[in-house]
Amino acid sequence: MSNEAQVRRRIAQLAGATAATFGLLVIAGCGAGGGDGGDSGGDVTIEFAQWWEPELPDGEFRALMDEFEAQNPGIKVELISGPYAATKEQLFAGAASGTMPDVVGLDGAWVSDFASQGVIADLTTLMGEVGYDDSELASQVQVEGSTYMIPVVNFVYPMFTNDTLLADAGVDAPPTNRTEFADAAAAVTALGDNTTGWTLPLSLETPNGIQNDVMSWVWASGGTMLTDGQPDVTNDDVTSAVEYVQGLWDDGVIASGSFTMKEQDKVEEFTNGRVGMMIDSLAHINLIREANPDLEFSISAVPAEDGYEGERGIPYASWGIGVAESSEHPEEAFKLVEFLMSQETNSELSSIANAFPGNKNSTPDFVADDELYAKAFEIYQAGYPANEFTGLPVAEQLMRLFGEQLQVTLDGGQTVEEMLDKTQAAWEAEF
Amino acid sequence: MQEVIVAPAPPAATPQQPRKRRSFRRSAEPFGFLAPTLALMFVLMIIPVVLVVGYSFMDNVILNKNPQLVGIDNFVTVLTDSVFLTATGNTLFFTIVSVVAHLVIGLGFAMLLNSPLIGNVARAIFRALYILPWLFTAAVIAVLWRMLLAPNGVVNFLLNTDVEWLASPALALGTVTFINIWAGYPFFMVSLLAGLQGVPAQLHEAATVDGANGWQRFWNVTIPQLRPIIISLTLLDLIWTSQQFALIWMTTGGGPVNVTEMLSTYTYKLAFSRYEFALASTSAVLVLVMSMVLAFFYVRHQRARD
Repeated sequence: MSNEAQVRRRIAQLAGATAATFGLLVIAGCGAGGGDGGDSGGDVTIEFAQWWEPELPDGEFRALMDEFEAQNPGIKVELISGPYAATKEQLFAGAASGTMPDVVGLDGAWVSDFASQGVIADLTTLMGEVGYDDSELASQVQVEGSTYMIPVVNFVYPMFTNDTLLADAGVDAPPTNRTEFADAAAAVTALGDNTTGWTLPLSLETPNGIQNDVMSWVWASGGTMLTDGQPDVTNDDVTSAVEYVQGLWDDGVIASGSFTMKEQDKVEEFTNGRVGMMIDSLAHINLIREANPDLEFSISAVPAEDGYEGERGIPYASWGIGVAESSEHPEEAFKLVEFLMSQETNSELSSIANAFPGNKNSTPDFVADDELYAKAFEIYQAGYPANEFTGLPVAEQLMRLFGEQLQVTLDGGQTVEEMLDKTQAAWEAEF
Repeated sequence: MQEVIVAPAPPAATPQQPRKRRSFRRSAEPFGFLAPTLALMFVLMIIPVVLVVGYSFMDNVILNKNPQLVGIDNFVTVLTDSVFLTATGNTLFFTIVSVVAHLVIGLGFAMLLNSPLIGNVARAIFRALYILPWLFTAAVIAVLWRMLLAPNGVVNFLLNTDVEWLASPALALGTVTFINIWAGYPFFMVSLLAGLQGVPAQLHEAATVDGANGWQRFWNVTIPQLRPIIISLTLLDLIWTSQQFALIWMTTGGGPVNVTEMLSTYTYKLAFSRYEFALASTSAVLVLVMSMVLAFFYVRHQRARD
């Protein structure tokens, strides 16, 4: 073999060996590291996974974390931020592999599943251990008597009405009961020009329309879909609400495309002035104003059954918080929870999120500055936050099962009674 | 007299060892080069596949800390689920119609672009236009078509109708299939165009001399020349289309009711909506088996070509 050939061969061997070593190192690198929070230079770093940061104005949430770090020397917060769906999948994967971040943003719909897996910490015990006074908390999400999630801020879902369309239709004030609502919806639809009275998103991809736009009729009249924590969708409350929705559908006052409509489509329909009324999150007020500054709209409570005088349940969704059971720094993690739930921080966070505070004594700035928010806050305080899906097992699946059956019903495939019987059976199978 | 057999002296040890080492080195060397790929394939493919197959024989894995073997119970549950059967039927319709349309439209456009009747500039412009759908991601395609096909969208405006293209149980499956056809034909078009450009002109000339008309030349010259490409593309497209998830999920979510439920959306819902990871693994294994049948034919076809 010539010298040149030997050199070439040697280089090839070296390249092969280097590539093999590099490959193994990459793989070893994939397996190692990660972990939940390390100590660097005496500091404890806690990871906080949530979908909130991207939904808040740039840098605002990080600024709150900087404030926390300044108040708690020795604790660093690493934010793991992503969209809602990505956070959810990441947390479920983390739960499976035992690598959940120390502090986790939670949706009420996930709590039961995480609690039953034992991957989120029992906050009742943790609060007891650190001597935390929970009297300021507006609500706590519990599973079998123990708290697993604390709602940090709440987004309520009141009724939005397009003032111009209602006025054109001869409706002077937002409807307060079901009959008034049906009449107003019919009057707006009768205006023609592609306008309809109400919009009902029933997409099965994100089936939260069942919670926000269908069950809200039940809760607004003080009704319930559960009995002793178990499904009870065949009761009079739910039957009456679904029959009412079916009536609106048959009257043709609901915007087309319901079966694949998502929340954002609903908001778009309303923003473009094609729909007279919708039930929607308060968080969308700014979005609507920015997209259509000329739109005149009001906020009011979701109409109740005729003659109902009791307290009205108002649907809400939360940004909840919990602590991972596997966290090596539960005390530091809970300090962050305490910080976010403190009166001052909670006011600040609810102000930048345009949400209502999870601390009873906090008041967001926008309530004083904005008439619509002030009205919403009034509705919030006059009623009670109602979301019976919070804390239920496979909550999203329950909504989807209900949605599937409701679609068949609205499409004329079965009666309301048959629909509710099937939904009841399907829900019971999931419990 | 005693016969003395003189055994041949053993070969000297010293020169033998380097030869052995050399031969070992020579045979090990390819594995050294292959090692990174093999290791990555092992970690990223073999382990997950084996784990998923294992999960399909257990009761609810991941949520259950100590899952037990349940034999084929999960397979019985999934295979007797009416929604799974609906999803299988929908997937078959969606896949077969999409692939046939991809082939027909792709071949049609490829032949138009390959025609000597159009100039180079026009060809370049049309090539860019026809290939556009392929440049969009599934998310963009879904949003685009949701907006176009909305009850108040552009399509209804142009047709002066009020059709719920995606929300009507009667139309939804056809509509998502149409969207998928629109999104996928350029892959066929580009590949077949490359194939058409490789068909020797002499074959067409010879056929013309023999008196073949346009249709006969297409059927007896063009198609046989493209056959290997068509078979490869068809098999690959069958595998890809049968696994389409993003487009369906973002346009209809499997609805209305379950008229656009596919095996992919069915599996996703089992995993991330019901958290039934064992059943989701079972459904995934069934999809894997179906895909492997197609992959088997694809590999066999590739081998035959080689």
